[in-house]
Parts: sequence; C-alpha cells; structure tokens
Amino acid sequence: MRKVAVIGAGMTRFVRRALETPKELSWEAARMALDSCELTMDDIQATCFGTAPDAFDGIHMNGEYASDGAGGWGKPYMRSYVGGGTGVFNPIQGWYHVASGMFDVVMVVAEEKMSSFYPHAQAAFVTIFDHTTERALKPNLLWIFALEMNRYMTTYGIKKEDIARVSVQHKRNAANHPCPLLGEADITVEDVLNSETLAWPVQRFDVSPVSDGAVAIIMAAEHVAKRLTSKPVWIEGVGWHLDSAYWTNRDLVYPRYVEYAAKMAYDMAGIREPRKEINIAEPYDPFDYKALHHLEGLQLADRGRAVELYINGTAAPDGNMPVCPSGGLLGVGNPIAAAGLMKIAELFWQLRGEAGDRQVPGQPRRGVAQAWGDLMQVGTVVVMGR
Amino acid sequence: MTSRIKHFPGTSLGEKDFDEGKVLFVHDELKADYAWDTGIGIGSYLAGLKRGVILGSYCAHCRKIVVPPRTVCEWCFHPMNEYVQVKDTGMVNTFSLCYVTWDVQRISEPEIPAVIMLDGASELSDSSVIMGGILHKLGEVDPQKVHIGMRVQAVWKPEPEREGAITDILYFKPI
Repeated sequence: MRKVAVIGAGMTRFVRRALETPKELSWEAARMALDSCELTMDDIQATCFGTAPDAFDGIHMNGEYASDGAGGWGKPYMRSYVGGGTGVFNPIQGWYHVASGMFDVVMVVAEEKMSSFYPHAQAAFVTIFDHTTERALKPNLLWIFALEMNRYMTTYGIKKEDIARVSVQHKRNAANHPCPLLGEADITVEDVLNSETLAWPVQRFDVSPVSDGAVAIIMAAEHVAKRLTSKPVWIEGVGWHLDSAYWTNRDLVYPRYVEYAAKMAYDMAGIREPRKEINIAEPYDPFDYKALHHLEGLQLADRGRAVELYINGTAAPDGNMPVCPSGGLLGVGNPIAAAGLMKIAELFWQLRGEAGDRQVPGQPRRGVAQAWGDLMQVGTVVVMGR
Repeated sequence: MTSRIKHFPGTSLGEKDFDEGKVLFVHDELKADYAWDTGIGIGSYLAGLKRGVILGSYCAHCRKIVVPPRTVCEWCFHPMNEYVQVKDTGMVNTFSLCYVTWDVQRISEPEIPAVIMLDGASELSDSSVIMGGILHKLGEVDPQKVHIGMRVQAVWKPEPEREGAITDILYFKPI
C-alpha cells in the first residue's frame, strides 16, 4: 500500500440554519480546501462524498444531487455513508482510493444540512428504530443516548457533574474556533446542570446542536504530497468495525466496536501504547458522556475512568493529551458527516501548527480522530501523524 | 491554514428571517405509506405477543436464546429455527425519564423508556451483552423510584384487544 497524506483542508461555519444549500456549502468547503494547497479541480482525479440520512434533506440520492457542488462531475465519484460515522469513514474511503494506487490526488467532501427537516431534525431519526418492534412505542432518538448514558454512569458510579466537565471543556475550546455554533468561553458546570432536562440523565447542554455545514480535505499519494507541501500530514492508520444491529442486545457500557476499530488503526500505525503515542484525541462527542465512552474504546483511558482525564487536566488544550481541542461536536456543532471530517481537518491543522488561537502546545506528532454512527453501532477511526 | 483564513463562508439564518419573509423557502410534505412484512422471525414474535407470550429464538449451534427472535444467529451465522418462550418478567438494564416526545413536544409527566432484560434468555459470561434485551416503557411506578436492577413484569392488553404488536404489552411494572 502507498503512503497517503492530507495536504489541504477547508470548512464552512457551522450554523443552526444556513442560507446556503447542501451543494453551495459543499462547494465553499471544497474551494477552500483546493485553495489551501493551490490545486484546482483539474488536479483532482476522484471525489469521495459523505452526507448522512437522505431523510434530513428529503432528497433521495442526496449524494448525487449535491455532486456538482462537491466536485463530482466528470469524475469517479462515490458517496459513502455509515450514519454518524460517515465523516471519519470518508477519509478512509479517500485513503484506499490513493493507497491502492488507483488515484494520486483525491478530494473528500462531507456536508450536512439538518435544518431542512421541519420543524426539527429530531423527528427524522424515528426511522432508525425498528418499524415493527420499536417504532410503535413512539421512540425518541434521545432515548438511546439517555439509556446508554444512564447505564454507563451507573455501572461506574460516575457523577453527572463530572460528565458535565466534558461539555464545558469542549464548548470553551470552541470559543477559540473560527466557525463554531456553540463556543462559550465562560460556560460552567452549573450551566450544564441547570439546563433543561430532555431525557434524564441527558440535559440540553449535554447534547450537541442540530447544525448545517461542510468540510473538505485533499488527499494525495506520497510522491505528489511531497512536491506540493513541506508539511504533509500522513494517514498512519485506519479502522472501522460494526456491532449488533439489535441495539437492545448490545453492551451499553463499553463500545467494543470502537476498540476493534482503534486496534485495527493502531496496528497499522505501529502504535503499541496509544496513551503515550497519541498526542491529540478527537473522539466523537455528540453527547458529553459519549466522548468518555469513546476515549475508553480508543484505549486512551481505562474503563469507567476517562472522566479523570478531564478532572486532572490531561484533556485540556494545554494538557498531556488534549481532547477535542477543536471544540468538538458539543462546541463547534454537529452537522453529522461534516462534524466527523471536521475532526480530521482539526488534526491536520493542529499537527501542522496552523490551528491559530486553539493551537495546542508541544508540537504534537500524532493524533487520532473517531466517529460513531449507523444504528449507533459503528466505530470509525483514523490515526494521523507528521 | 485556518490561522491564515479570516473569512469563513456560511450564512447563519434565524427563525426571524423566515417569519419576516427575509428569505424564500419552499414548504412541502412527503407522503410515504408502507406495509412492512413482519417476516419469519419477527412474525413469530408478534404471533406470540397476541397469545400473551414472549418468544426468543434458540441457536442450536452456539446455544443462545435471544430476544427479539430472528432467523439467523449473528454470532455464528447458523440458522435459528427454534422458538422458545421466555418469561414476561425481567430486570431493568437501564432507563430514562424522557420529557420530550419523538417529534420534540415538551411533556410534564415523563415517559420512562427502558431496556428490559427478560428472564429466560441467555446470559453470557460477559453479562454486559444483553441477549434478552428489549425496548419498552415502564408504568405504574413513581418515576423517581425507578432504578437499574429493578424487577419488572409485563402488563398485557386484555386478550380480545391484542393485535400481534409490541404494543400488546402496555408497559412493564415493578414486581
């Protein structure tokens, strides 16, 4: 397999409701990514596109519909879709396009416009529940998270006020991001604990917001990347893994599918001790407890103890292993597929030392990004290094 | 490059922009009607519910009993063609007190969704994997007194009203 680098990235602001359409958001992000490495569409040999459920847009084959903005015309173009895991799967798709030797330069675009579903995208999620055995109970997407969060915190005796630290840290981090929906420099644990209870134990500030936005990156084979930039960021490892389709049969305490995806990526990257070798982590954080869940699956904390990284400062931007220095989904926002690819773009900027106000100190060498999705059962992991 | 980029695209709109007619939009409703075949595994499950029993399926190869029943064992990929009755009692594996409906309407009395681990399904040595876990709601209980590990039993609809649906169980109540 050939070595593959990320050589450019771009993104739009993440907003609750964008004026721009999915095509327009995709184009804005794609153009910025191309400009960042001084390429044009003529240099792009294939395009990989990601967007989550068609139900949000109400457009069947939404990937193909948005293809003009995403740079798909006249090229090998394909949408990949693993639900919330899409944004970190897209670069894996881009990676094997290039690693296989099929293409030298590939563009990866991820876009989401959740606001079209009226009045609230939440209701579109009812279709992820089994139509015969579950939907008749009128389930709410929050149920799955609330049930999992309760099981997780009760099993390990983790306090809600400690889990709230995750939300506080990420929203504070996002205050330094140029594109955030919910960056809040002064938010406190009390604010989270006093926010509206949606589905106990989940409160409003435990949840990432419905958002619109797009992100794009450019990936290139080694011989091209080295010509185009002095600072390529390499894809060192990739992994993905699926758990049972029956979520009520699943282990709700520990995401083994993330563990298997992470081990696949770490093996490929030659990482034996992830806690020492990973400098920055961007775990998927649509809910605050989810970041903890995923840090444990990523082997960056013992089971039930990821919250200690936030209590002892390890996860802070100036800590030993900053977690979601971008601000994550909780802070920057959660336009599903775009949110995952935002984490890849964040590692790209951080590892190049170009992250501006939110640059973590110590010239980080390696980072891991992860997303989670499908019917709440897929783990997608990418390790990047310079 | 983000540190060098000053302007990021993306125009944020608020509800006011719509109310005041500052932006144009098209409103439409999609109509989609479906009739889903229940299939062999779930069809048996629903027929059981109509009779007032909960069925699981048994894998003769890896000797697991799982609920809801299915025709293939996802662990060993052998057929699961034997249905066995599990109990209508079980334990609350986890629960939530939910103040929002599926379409984001606020409610003051919470719904109590729960994953209920039914008695009689397999328990693996790794007990966190829930072979007999189903989604349902709790009732006849003070929301503040619900806890993980609580023993519960199904409350069934009266027999003439059952139609072969998950809602033939009204809810689970503490025992």
